[in-house]
Amino acid sequence: MLKRLAEVLRGMGHRIIDRIWRLGSGARFFLYTLIYSGESFRRIHLTIREIYFTGVMSLLIILVSAFFVGMVLALQGYNTLQKYGSSEAIGVLVALSLVRELGPVVTALLFAGRAGTAITAEIGLMKTTEQLSAMEMMAVSPIARVVAPRFWAGVVSMPLLAALFSMVGVLGGYIVAVPVIGVDNGAFWSQMQANVDFQADIVNGVIKSVVFGVACTMIALFEGFDAPPTAEGVSRATTRTVVNSSLAVLGLDFILTSFMIVT
Amino acid sequence: MADNIVEIDNLSFGYKGRLLHKGINMSFPRGKVIAIMGGSGSGKTTLLRLIGGQLVPTQGEVRVEGQVVHKQDRHGLFQLRRKMGMLFQFGALFTDLSVYENVAFPIREHADLPESIIRDLVMMKLNAVGLRGARNLMPTELSGGMARRVALARAIALDPSIIMYDEPFTGLDPISMSVTCNLIRSLNDALGATSILVTHDVKEAFSIADYVYIVANGVVEAEGAPDELRQSTLPFVHQFVHGEVDGPVPFHYSAPDYRRDMLRGQDA
Amino acid sequence: MERTTMDLWVGIFAVAGAAALFGLALKVGNLTSSSVGETYTVTAAFENIGGLKPRAPVKSAGVVVGRVDNIQFDSKTFEANVTLKVDKRYPFPKDTFANIYTAGLLGEQYVGLEAGGDEQSLKDGDKISHTQDAVVLEKMISQFLYNKASESGDSKKAE
Ligand SMILES: Nc1ncnc2c1ncn2[C@@H]1O[C@H](COP(=O)(O)OP(=O)(O)O)[C@@H](O)[C@H]1O
Ligand SMILES: [Mg+2]
Repeated sequence: MLKRLAEVLRGMGHRIIDRIWRLGSGARFFLYTLIYSGESFRRIHLTIREIYFTGVMSLLIILVSAFFVGMVLALQGYNTLQKYGSSEAIGVLVALSLVRELGPVVTALLFAGRAGTAITAEIGLMKTTEQLSAMEMMAVSPIARVVAPRFWAGVVSMPLLAALFSMVGVLGGYIVAVPVIGVDNGAFWSQMQANVDFQADIVNGVIKSVVFGVACTMIALFEGFDAPPTAEGVSRATTRTVVNSSLAVLGLDFILTSFMIVT
Repeated sequence: MADNIVEIDNLSFGYKGRLLHKGINMSFPRGKVIAIMGGSGSGKTTLLRLIGGQLVPTQGEVRVEGQVVHKQDRHGLFQLRRKMGMLFQFGALFTDLSVYENVAFPIREHADLPESIIRDLVMMKLNAVGLRGARNLMPTELSGGMARRVALARAIALDPSIIMYDEPFTGLDPISMSVTCNLIRSLNDALGATSILVTHDVKEAFSIADYVYIVANGVVEAEGAPDELRQSTLPFVHQFVHGEVDGPVPFHYSAPDYRRDMLRGQDA
Repeated sequence: MERTTMDLWVGIFAVAGAAALFGLALKVGNLTSSSVGETYTVTAAFENIGGLKPRAPVKSAGVVVGRVDNIQFDSKTFEANVTLKVDKRYPFPKDTFANIYTAGLLGEQYVGLEAGGDEQSLKDGDKISHTQDAVVLEKMISQFLYNKASESGDSKKAE
């Protein structure tokens, strides 16, 4: 009995130490990525190529989702607001929800599922097939050549995607609110403009999406780089990318929001 | 001694404690083809990684051009690696680049040359392995033997003075096998390089190597020119060279007594 | 994938993303109405500003004409010094009244400007001298209750 308990405790301790160790190696990986970033800018086409694969390839899912999210927000918002006789505030509701929260957060979650998994699988497979080893043997740093361009591509893509998400979401909300429900066009926009603040809402939303961009891309890259070089290892790493990115985004969102609201 | 381009001196190495190599000594004279032979899992690939500085020895050292590999800083290590070309077991071609771009990769990374010169260099290397016509294919469109040859073209792109081959013959049909075999010898002589050939194919290795090391149980069990080894009366060498089933290397992985194992039932 | 097509797509993506950001700032946000347009600054001192916050709107006749820029406590006069940024397009007379109002019963507080009759207009850095404090709900309620109580007390005495 006692032995069993000790075993359970030992197992727990082992897992905790393992987590902390991974966190440490993740931090070191991040540091190296920053140090070896020079090439991503000197040879900008390396980064542009990755922006294509992470940003452009995510466009479709982001835009379609944004449109639906905006429409649903308008429907739900109208349903509640009309009870208080303030259905013109629907524009404010849609815009604020999108710009402050849903734009950055949903974009990051979709990004983790679309681009993050692709990054992890690609790098994991490059490791499995010894492409990374081969690169190292050719005196080329895989961090500089493979990791850093993908990192910067993700960091650049995320705020652009989030801005597109918010904008298309507002359009989706507009289409439901104005032509379909019949809210006054002028009221829709003017209420929105009177209540959405450039600094407090839009800039903070962009800050969030940049932070999410760093987190999601870094997690995807690290999981790929750290994956055991087997088919099973890569598939598990891909799953971990989605789980860890989602948790990181939601956790960071809470932290950032509390800072932004307090100040 | 000055003419050994690579020297392995009393090298010990192990993953996670268990020693894989226990005091290995080898030397690789300039201009020769040297084969390292041994069974699967005897640590041959690991040995190449130690030479390339991807792993750090537990004990002893590897010297390339007189410089201790694991004592180099990053820059020094990369300087050394530029003199090496390595052919990985399955080619390790970059799957997102075409054949042409794969061969151009090391050139683009290390030399700032105009596109026309890069093109000439790549064509030259691809021609040397007989695959100039395949330059626009993607790695997934190549057969195993072709992929190996493209990888070879890439490995020699910067005219290395040391070329390492990790089991270049596995999974090849007899024709590709002899093509690769001849290629290794002719490239070595044409480039004036030194080749380290890791393999367990006795016939091919013996036909092109100048000198052979046989590793087993973490030590060099035998060494010598192919002809000497063929004549060897050492039981292990005899078994290895002639591919006999049982001998000093037992057929069975070390296990408890068969009868006791059976009687113990499921809990084993 | 050809490199040029890739570059083209990335270019389109970057332009679209930047356009979306601009769109958000201009069409959705208030960048046009207050932050970018030219403004002049006036100050007003209040004994009590209630719940007024920086960036609260400044309205006149219900139209937003500016924003509260800064609120500071003056330790000499024990008053609140409120700095207002008002749109250059809207000049106000020197004797304009500044009041603190509440939007609705419990809504946000804002500064309301009521134009006076002076010939001269407020200039940058001027001070509005006529102000009226925020109505603090608790004060009002306690005053109301006090009045009621004294009223009923009076009527009792009269009997
Ligand atoms: N990265 C690693 N971590 C732990 N053990 C390893 C690793 N790479 C190889 N090994 C082990 O080392 C032994 C030798 O591997 P290797 O050098 O690939 O042998 P060979 O190339 O001769 O077949 C094998 O038993 C293998 O399981
Ligand atoms: Mg091997």
